[in-house]
Amino acid sequence: MNNTLTGKAAVIEGLPEHPAVKAILAWNPQALTDAKWDRSELTLTIAAEEIRAAAAAVQAAGYNFFEDMTAVDWFPSAPRFQLSYHILSHGFKEHIRLRVMLDAAEPSVESITAVWPSANYYEREVFDLFGIRFEGHPNLRRILMPDDWVGHPLRKDYPVEGYR
Amino acid sequence: MSNPAGMPVLEPAEGAKDQHMVINMGPQHPATHGVLRLVLEIDGEIVVRVYPEIGYLHTGIEKTCEAKFYQQVVPLTDRINYLDPLSNNLCYCLAVEKLLALEIPERAQWIRVLLAELSRLNSHLIWLGTHAMDIGALTVFLYTFREREDILRLFEAVAGQRMMTSYFRIGGVSMEPPLDFFDRVQGFISILPEKIDEYSNLLTGNPIFKNRLQGVGTISAADAIALGVSGPPLRASGVDFDLRRDIPYSGYEKFQFKVPVLTDGDCWARYLVRLDEMRESIKIIQQALDGMPEGPVKADAPKIVLPDREKMKTQMEALIHHFKIVTEGFAVPAGEVYQGVESGHGPTGYYVVSDGTAKPYRVHMRYPSFATLQALETMCKGRMLADVVAVIGSIDIVLGEIDR
Repeated sequence: MNNTLTGKAAVIEGLPEHPAVKAILAWNPQALTDAKWDRSELTLTIAAEEIRAAAAAVQAAGYNFFEDMTAVDWFPSAPRFQLSYHILSHGFKEHIRLRVMLDAAEPSVESITAVWPSANYYEREVFDLFGIRFEGHPNLRRILMPDDWVGHPLRKDYPVEGYR
Repeated sequence: MSNPAGMPVLEPAEGAKDQHMVINMGPQHPATHGVLRLVLEIDGEIVVRVYPEIGYLHTGIEKTCEAKFYQQVVPLTDRINYLDPLSNNLCYCLAVEKLLALEIPERAQWIRVLLAELSRLNSHLIWLGTHAMDIGALTVFLYTFREREDILRLFEAVAGQRMMTSYFRIGGVSMEPPLDFFDRVQGFISILPEKIDEYSNLLTGNPIFKNRLQGVGTISAADAIALGVSGPPLRASGVDFDLRRDIPYSGYEKFQFKVPVLTDGDCWARYLVRLDEMRESIKIIQQALDGMPEGPVKADAPKIVLPDREKMKTQMEALIHHFKIVTEGFAVPAGEVYQGVESGHGPTGYYVVSDGTAKPYRVHMRYPSFATLQALETMCKGRMLADVVAVIGSIDIVLGEIDR
């Protein structure tokens, strides 16, 4: 299927049998704020306060492997930050993307390390490079930049050459 | 962890202060394959805790990508996992091609498969040589680097560069391989199986090597998945998953090969899995050589793919396209894609976000070693300090891809 489906209603109607869509709808339809099927990739936007429970829901549905997580800074638009979680299913042989949008002021979201301990380093990386806090993370320290570094280099208002 | 410099001073566990010791391994240590620092808490010779400290090679490549045109990112990708450069090129090119909805000619896809497998062999040969050297078997290193040299010569013939090839471009490959290239590859892979037997003869039956690896660094499939282990180490723990077979890309669905899987989950299983993978790679290369289709090696997309030199000098349109691609790049439709490929170390993933301009809005690279490092403590706990060296070697880390 190569067509594009934009919006929650279109995805629910177009992919009613998709295991991830089914799992999220069975768990909490209200937490799904937006959805997209584009270039054969499914993106499910989850309300920020529900991400840990959503991760647990897709994990229970067979999306067993946490593959990647990162952020995108949409400065100066609002909401400013987008978190993209890429989850792989060894059984269904496909990736899905869970997406969370966060506001610019003190961005913070619940950690999913309780669901996948492997998210530990990825959340530290996003904290380090974007300055997004993860509540409940066991060791939220900078991971790539020096501990005494000031600023978050991957934010769009941080110059590519750095401050000199 | 309150200390002014912010370094991870690891205090020995409560109640064991008289018995445990905290030591530092690396960042400059021959067995860390780069600049990895491990803070280890040990009880005599027994490892109690492992705390990896990374970031010594962080160069901000993801930030640099945002300031380059799409085609200028390709050479940056080589430098991340410098042992398997063509898999990086492939992953990035496939991601951008997915954004552009660009069809790649079959010949280019097959050349890509052939070279990606050579690149995997390159990566595995270095792993085998350095891993055996860490254990104390120095000879194998000299043998594997002899064959690796042949691979680098092939890369040089096709790309003009030995290590930083940048041979795959958005829309295909940079140019048709030289005339005798496929014969040279054929010559190389006809001698390689016996060379692999040679390494195997030196190591597989070697009781010292076996004792150092068997039962060391064991991790169960459930733990491996929870801690983000992927690629050959995950297959050595019994999870039968390989992106080349299960989510095929670049025409891998047309090739027949086995995915080696073992269930022991120790360093020895990881060694055997990689050795078998090398033999499977040879089969894939043989199939690519036998069935290599004829045709163009670049997509028919004059606004995206640079024209041939000859055309550029003789045709006005080609010159205009060349000028525009070089000076202002090409716009990529807005959207986000995640593309995974199975590189030598495991699944590599590129997440590319476009805002519709000629520069990527965000490029994020997922590399297997970064996540696998989290499982180091589980693998090393309760074992001897010397086993840490064996475990690091067996998970095949590249610090360039961890720190990016």
